[in-house]
This record gives sequence, structure tokens and C-alpha cells, in this order.
Amino acid sequence: MSTFKPRDWGSHAPFIAPGYKSTILRGPTQAPLAIKSGLSEGTGPRFAPASVRKLDFDLTKNGITNGEPLGERIVVHGKVMDTDGRPQPDILVEVWQANAAGRYVHKLDQHDAPLDPNFRGSGRCMTDANGNYVFYTIKPGAYPWGNHFNAWRPNHIHLSLFGPGFATRLVTQMYFPGDPLLELDPIFLGTEDAAARERLISKFSIEKTEEGFALGYQFDIVLRGRNATPMEN
Amino acid sequence: MAYGETPSQTVGPYFAYGLTAGQYAYDFTDIADTTIAGPDADGEHIRITGRVLDGNGDVVNDAMIEIWQADANGAYTENPVDVASSGFRGLGRCGTGTDAQNRFYFDTVKPGVVADGTAPFVNVIVFMRGMLVHAFTRFYFDDEAALNAKDDILQSVPADRRDTLIAKRVETRTGVEYRIDIHMQGDAETVFFDV
Repeated sequence: MSTFKPRDWGSHAPFIAPGYKSTILRGPTQAPLAIKSGLSEGTGPRFAPASVRKLDFDLTKNGITNGEPLGERIVVHGKVMDTDGRPQPDILVEVWQANAAGRYVHKLDQHDAPLDPNFRGSGRCMTDANGNYVFYTIKPGAYPWGNHFNAWRPNHIHLSLFGPGFATRLVTQMYFPGDPLLELDPIFLGTEDAAARERLISKFSIEKTEEGFALGYQFDIVLRGRNATPMEN
Repeated sequence: MAYGETPSQTVGPYFAYGLTAGQYAYDFTDIADTTIAGPDADGEHIRITGRVLDGNGDVVNDAMIEIWQADANGAYTENPVDVASSGFRGLGRCGTGTDAQNRFYFDTVKPGVVADGTAPFVNVIVFMRGMLVHAFTRFYFDDEAALNAKDDILQSVPADRRDTLIAKRVETRTGVEYRIDIHMQGDAETVFFDV
């Protein structure tokens, strides 16, 4: 087992990004203490293919009660790799999102937009031997939130991955190209580095688009790479 | 470095029907829940519980805590087949929105020592609305004072902040609990690690 390269903090938001108001009282104020990583950080949970059921990767079907969900069907392809470009096989990817109207199934979402009886908005998939994953869903809608006057979240899908170790844990959001709300969104803008922010935006792909069925998007995910030398035990 | 890391983004307020569906009674399965060790797992069965507090001292009711820990023998169990046979999962996940006092709670076994010169502990990740990047911390155990005193990482923490990482053992009617609160800010701000 080898350890992971340190987190590149330049690719991430600070704990406190005042434009996103909730960070002000919730982000730690003291810098995290660097520790030498070992077994505890280098190991992590692995998931058997059986932990993903047949329809988990198809959000257009896994929440159906009496018909098809409303909205624009999309298919999201991506490769999970590390910063050295190595594909990451057998990685569980969990996803959740709002429906086409911008409403979450979550009981606390009070946004005045309709629920869709045929769309729950959560699922999961695993990467194959080449690090590729795919899931089908409905393009999520934008929705208002209380951060500031007339605040709207851009269309986005939440993704959660462990990667090869506990240290590589990542929860992120995938956005859509050309969304005018991106430049107004304090969550997207919380990542100060513009080039890093671009990595949160999926690419439309006519090659991945399925004729007569679903628009295709590509969203590659890059996790921390490994150190060249194995750890001392 | 050929590729830049994908930035972290907040888990937001509405993760429950995707990540903790069983705990919050949504119609979806879980890949992890509040049971880290089932009844058949070897070791001393304990509950780890506590609250997450923001900079005003208010209890956070929409945080998600994950734990990754060694088993009672100090081994990390990565292989899903071993998990199924031992009843020890190693991974736990709990949202703070279902307990009446908005605590997180995990049913597990006390971990063994992973390596010589270290104290038993569990790895912890804190996620919530208002955190664009998750934070790593550790929970140690207050009845392991001798080992805690020799643990390099715990001893690398300034002495006046070390207590923020130490869970307190309490014997309850239903069993042994270790209690620890996570303070995001303030005088008792929890020590977080850059792992």
C-alpha cells in the first residue's frame, strides 16, 4: 500500500467563503493540522458490485410509481482517475439531485415546485475496469435558496465517492455547460481558482448522446494520486 | 501532476434520500449506516455519540458524519467478503437529523491498536451544508490514557486542544457509550487534520 499525495488545497474552496453565508459559522477557523498519513488514511471501504442493484444507475426508472418522470433525459458518462491520470476501477459513485422542476424529494425542501411521483433523484453506480462510470437521469432544474436576494442554484447533480482510500474521499457537484447562474453562485465560486472551477462543469457530448433518447454529458473526476514510495509499516 | 483535483463541493441540506436513505426512511438502500459492527463482530460493543455545534454553539441538525475504523484486532477490513463474514463493516455514516437531540450515533466495537506506539481511535469525516470541503478528525478514548500519551499524532496536537479529540466513556443502562461533541468553531474548536 502506498500513501496519497497531500490534498492540493489550491483546487478546493477555503473552509470559510463568506459569499456562501452558511460557511461563516460552520467552517473551522483554525488551519487543519497536517499529519503523516498511514494505514488509517490509505485504507478505505471497498464495495462489491452487488452493492449496486440493477436499476440504481438509472434514475429515470428507479423512482417510477405510475409512469415516466418528466423532464429532459440525459446520460452522464465519466472517468474516475487520479492526478497522475491513472484510471480508478471499482469505485462506487453515489448521486442525488433535484427533479426537472428544481424540487428535491427531501422532506425539508419547501421550494414551491412540484414533486414528480416518478422521480426520486438518487442512485449509484460503479466504475468499470477502466475507471468509467455511467448513469441515466433527468436534467435537474434550478431552484431558489436563501443565501441572498434572488439567489438561485445552477442546475447540478451531487456526486459522492470514496475512491481508493479514506483520504481520497470526495463529495462534489457536477454542473452543466453554459449555465448563466454559475457566475452568480457562491457555492460554485467558493472554489477560488478559475481553472479548478472549470473541472466542475460537465461537457456536452454528441458522441455520448443516444439517438432519439437522451443527451450525453461527460464528467471526469480526478482524485488525489499516490506517492511513489510505499509507506513504512 | 498531469491532472488537477476535482474540487470538493458541499453535501448541501438534502443529502438524506441519497446517502442516508434508510436512517431517514426514504425508499432507497444504503451502502453504510449507523451500524459499523453488527452483533456478531468480535470486541467490546460500544456506541459512539455526540453533537455537532456551529460557531454560535447551536446544534447542527443537517450534518453527516462518517467513521472509518479498525476492528477489535486493529485491522482495517476493506474486502466486502470479509465484512459479510465477520459482521464488522468498518464504515459508518449518520446524519444528525433523526435523533431527538440531533446527535450522531454509531453502534460499533472499540477498535484495537493499528500499529505499535499508537492509541486506538476512529477516523471521522464531517460534512454539512456550509462546508465546501469536508473536514477530517479523529476520536480517541478517554480510558486509554497510557496509549494516548504515546500516540504521535495525538501528541502532535497542542496540549490545550487535545481534549477536543477524546471521547468520554459513560456506562449507561443499555451499554457503554463514548460521548464527544464536534465544535466547528469557538474556544473548544475541534482539531481537524489535513490527511
